[in-house]
Amino acid sequence: MGRKILLEKINIPGIKTYEVYRQNGGYASVEKALKTMTPDEVTEEVKTAGIRGRGGAGFPVGMKWSFIDKKSGKPRHLVCNADESEPGTFKDRFLMEHIPHLLIEGMITSSFALGANLSYIYIRGEYMWIFKILERAINEARAAGWLGKNIMGSGYDLDLYVHCGAGAYICGEETALIESLEGKRGNPRIKPPFPAISGLWQNPTVVNNVESISAVPWIVMNSGAEYAKIGIERSTGTKLISASGHIKNPGVYEIELGVSVEEFINSDEFCGGMIDDRPLKALVPGGSSVPILPAHLIYKTAAGTDRLMTYESLADGGFATGSALGSGGFIVYNDTTCIVRNTWNFSRFYHHESCGQCTPCREGTGWLEKVLHRIETGKGREEDIELLWSIQSKIEGNTICPLGDAASWPVAAAIRHFREEFEYHIRFPEKVKNRDHFVAEPFEKVRHLVAK
Amino acid sequence: MERTQYKQEINMTEELMARINELISHYPEDKRKSALLPVLHEVQDAHDNWLSFELQDKVAEILNIKPVEVYEVVSFYTMFNQKPVAKYMFEFCRTSCCATRGVEDLMEYACEKIGAELGEISSDGLFQVVGVECLGACGYAPMLQLGDFYHEKLTKESFDQLIEDCKAGKITLHDK
Repeated sequence: MGRKILLEKINIPGIKTYEVYRQNGGYASVEKALKTMTPDEVTEEVKTAGIRGRGGAGFPVGMKWSFIDKKSGKPRHLVCNADESEPGTFKDRFLMEHIPHLLIEGMITSSFALGANLSYIYIRGEYMWIFKILERAINEARAAGWLGKNIMGSGYDLDLYVHCGAGAYICGEETALIESLEGKRGNPRIKPPFPAISGLWQNPTVVNNVESISAVPWIVMNSGAEYAKIGIERSTGTKLISASGHIKNPGVYEIELGVSVEEFINSDEFCGGMIDDRPLKALVPGGSSVPILPAHLIYKTAAGTDRLMTYESLADGGFATGSALGSGGFIVYNDTTCIVRNTWNFSRFYHHESCGQCTPCREGTGWLEKVLHRIETGKGREEDIELLWSIQSKIEGNTICPLGDAASWPVAAAIRHFREEFEYHIRFPEKVKNRDHFVAEPFEKVRHLVAK
Repeated sequence: MERTQYKQEINMTEELMARINELISHYPEDKRKSALLPVLHEVQDAHDNWLSFELQDKVAEILNIKPVEVYEVVSFYTMFNQKPVAKYMFEFCRTSCCATRGVEDLMEYACEKIGAELGEISSDGLFQVVGVECLGACGYAPMLQLGDFYHEKLTKESFDQLIEDCKAGKITLHDK
């Protein structure tokens, strides 16, 4: 059994309530930080821990904190990104639903480090029942004296509120999230200035993922050095993985970074292997935006080393043969999956979620969806594969925010690794027309028709 | 001039106004506009789950912002409905993980069951099946959202039961 940091107390009956959470050592990090540490000392511990942003981008949390403008004298804010919307990701929800006070404790300790006196948790509107759980938990924390003026006689003041979105993936991008929190459409801002200088209401702001903030209490209690001992190299600590798709035990798992992908998929402690023991065909290891991996690149890298659940190992091989840990949205596909249909499905998602601000993304995502749809429905043209490649390459890198890249990468990777399947769709339209949603005939059985 | 095709009775009850004022108090005095999204959710929930232009104007007045600042937000976010919807709107997640676990078949079944095409409201005004993008329940697929709550690991049988529960008035849509 691996070490648990975030889910250590998850099975304690009643841990959702303030009383039980407090009885089990909850809010101790607030006491420790406010009474015995300076804000900069807290930041240093988080830096030493080496924890990287758990929302997907993987930027070191402590470094992000150290960029916040403390010189201008403007009010500062910590905003928690609980907009969890990356397809395949459902881990933040698990934490907030089952142990809401952990996030609140993390928000208080982290806000203290940043010198923020007004902080928010921005949660996606669809998680409305969790919005209510958090709202009630914040009220409990306030009543117990952990929020408000002069917390524990330390002289530190903090107000914390939960704010809800209303159905927009783009609001997971930190500047779009800030716009949305200001009551506007979620259009990402041009950077610089970065939020650390000019964020919410033009004030210095740090935006961190739920899982990142929830790790702070443990780091403060046990030290950054202890945290950094877990994991491998620059992938320190534990990570929540949201496992879904054709596996026996879908769910949220906390792993020590460094577990092998093979163990994660097959061990009974985690995914428990493939449903009906069908063959593994493909893996999206870090949410829909990261490149899909074909079977032969899942357990081993192209160099032949074991593929591990770390930022470095999953990215090994770059775009050609690697992927990314991303948000930890781990989607496993068996041989009945149609890669063309799945790529079209992802493209539809990005088309729907594009904010429309940048032309390459607004037009390109719709174009990708349209071309993929016609290939999937047996109306594809010989030149369509090259067309898809060309469209995605013109979106990537040409937009204000990373949604454009996120829409391009899955298409590029699908063509790179599963080109024969696209060719099959185009050359044998009668076989894909009128097909059920699922592929009765795994591609392996027809591969010979297009094999070179 | 009438700007909305459908009529909506506006009823800003005392209870609703108290909740709106509480939400406004979560932001600095000069940043009332920040309360827009949470306020719109409350107002929509209290008005049959949709927002007419007239209702949006009312929200603009309360937050002391221009009506267009509300319209542009309502039209951007998918959870805000600009025309009437069924009392029970089943929002099925149709993104990859749910699709691989059979949501497309289930949505066809659900449409048959309520006797209405995808997106259309059933003749009794009670039900509607719509497809939405990833709801963050990938490990519990297939699933749907109904009001403030998720219904996960669905089967045809559990969907049938959900319909029966709706008809019997056993379903709470909002957690207030």
